[in-house]
Amino acid sequence: MTGKPISTATAEVSVFAPPTVARRRRVRALWGITKRKPLGAGAACLILLLVGTAIFADLLAPFDPFLARPETRLLAPSWQHPFGTDDIGRDVFSRIIYGARISLWVGLLAVGIGTFSGTLIGLSCGYWEGWFDLMLQRVMDALQTIPGLILALAIVSVLTPNTTNAMLAIAVVIIPGNSRIVRGAVLSAKQNPYVEAARALGGSHLRIIVSHILPNVTAPILIIASIWLGNAIFIEASLSFLGLGTQPPTPSWGLMLSGTGRAYMEQAPWLAIFPGLAISLAVLGFNLFGDTLRDIWDPKLRGRS
Amino acid sequence: MYKYVLRRLSLVIPVLVLSSLVVFGLMRVMPGDALTALMAESGNVSPRELQKLRKELGLDRPYHEQYLLWIWQLVTLNPGYSIFTGDAISVSLKKSIPVTIELAALAMAFGLLIAIPVGVLSATRQDKPTDYIGRLVAISGLSFPDFWLGTLVITFAAIWFGWIPPLGYTSVWESPWRNIQQFLLPAAILGFRLSAATMRMTRSTLLEVLREDYVRTAWAKGLGERLIIYKHALKNALIPVITIVGGQLGGLLAGTVIIETIFALPGMGRLTVEAIMFRDYPVVQTNVMLAATVLVTINLLVDLTYAWLDPRIRYQ
Repeated sequence: MTGKPISTATAEVSVFAPPTVARRRRVRALWGITKRKPLGAGAACLILLLVGTAIFADLLAPFDPFLARPETRLLAPSWQHPFGTDDIGRDVFSRIIYGARISLWVGLLAVGIGTFSGTLIGLSCGYWEGWFDLMLQRVMDALQTIPGLILALAIVSVLTPNTTNAMLAIAVVIIPGNSRIVRGAVLSAKQNPYVEAARALGGSHLRIIVSHILPNVTAPILIIASIWLGNAIFIEASLSFLGLGTQPPTPSWGLMLSGTGRAYMEQAPWLAIFPGLAISLAVLGFNLFGDTLRDIWDPKLRGRS
Repeated sequence: MYKYVLRRLSLVIPVLVLSSLVVFGLMRVMPGDALTALMAESGNVSPRELQKLRKELGLDRPYHEQYLLWIWQLVTLNPGYSIFTGDAISVSLKKSIPVTIELAALAMAFGLLIAIPVGVLSATRQDKPTDYIGRLVAISGLSFPDFWLGTLVITFAAIWFGWIPPLGYTSVWESPWRNIQQFLLPAAILGFRLSAATMRMTRSTLLEVLREDYVRTAWAKGLGERLIIYKHALKNALIPVITIVGGQLGGLLAGTVIIETIFALPGMGRLTVEAIMFRDYPVVQTNVMLAATVLVTINLLVDLTYAWLDPRIRYQ
């Protein structure tokens, strides 16, 4: 709440302006955002770095992340092995690069599934209300009474501990909160006169939901999704740390920290420092980014976390 | 007020019943039952003995009977026995609850001690470097994994100060000094992580309150900054903070799985995780249900405090 009006520079780009001018304006708008929201811009850079690393892991990693070479075990960081090597001689730097894939993959899918299901539930609850809404929301309340990590742990142990099940468990943890926020947004969007108009014109439920209500609730959905991405990466790391997520030898940051990272902590602190740093930066990126989105899009949500 | 209390209470029971169904259902979806898994590991039990054990544990009865029996056990505060160790669950709970309560209380104290001053500083110096630093620290508290901080702190304390926290748990009554050494680090790490949300809430509500008319009046009549911020503004700004703190307390009391594991504190979190790993589901379902009950109760208390502090809520 700085009182400064949010510049609409991006909206001013005229269709008739020559492309170079448009580009210059766009660059200037980007610069404007960077200056106003330095933390948000930094977060965006972190996220880009993470995504880039995950996509180009094959090109970036200097070594095979699975290749054990006993002759290079527990080497300290050097030019050849920037983050050192682990207890069976695998290059930690390469493993962290590949670990970005697992983290991002789990994060994106878990948040994708969780957000999609939560939105579906929230939309139908908010739109139809009545006993259906009452029942479903109480189920969501019940799910929310179980602490997130414990719920995820229980789900994973009921299934078998692996990356896919960790992802599903995280998705289940995401659903209740998400559905509740979407439901709230739908309840207020429903009050708009144009929704009534659409109904008067004989629009079907599906049409009203998709083209009149959904656009109103996308901002909160995206904000929550971005914050949850950070949390999902965090929970995956925690599950793997406890041995109930990704299984060895797949390079997962949480797993790297738990096994060798802790066992060789005093001899080879790099084994624990770098994976933890990777998790922290990834989570920090998404948290800050979500915060910035919240600031820009929805001043009402600010500070509620 | 009592009407409001009744209305809120009437919502609590169905939610708890549903939670218990969720927990019970989850434990029954397990592929094979826990006994089969357990026996497969030990490997020297005849099918006949297995049948006998199953009968003793009531696993041969239909699900609804098992469920009602379990609820009855919970209500009568006699939650049965662990499949894995054979100990009474109430005994292991009696051991681990004090550990968790002590950790939760200390962590909460650390959290508030960091969060409120930083939040006030951040709000009163909005958009200045102090504010940015405060917010960055807060959000990094949310981002740094507790298991990472825990590992680093233990190692570097050992390398730099040659000090290794005595792992495990000693009760305060036995040796207060040892107890403090055991709890200080885990509580500090938890507190740092908790302070993030509280600090951000303090900052944003204080920013709102500082723009209220009565605060302007206070400035206009020439009160000092300290008096205005701490006496007039902060009091109102802290009301919404109660919600966050309540939620955090609920989470803490459910057991802080990871920190307890790293620091070898035998609290609720570790008990639950070990039970989950050994598929000791009588323990899991009792512990999770206990956590859910605590969380629901604290949420109820928070709502009631709110209604008590702010009459507008109870007349809605």
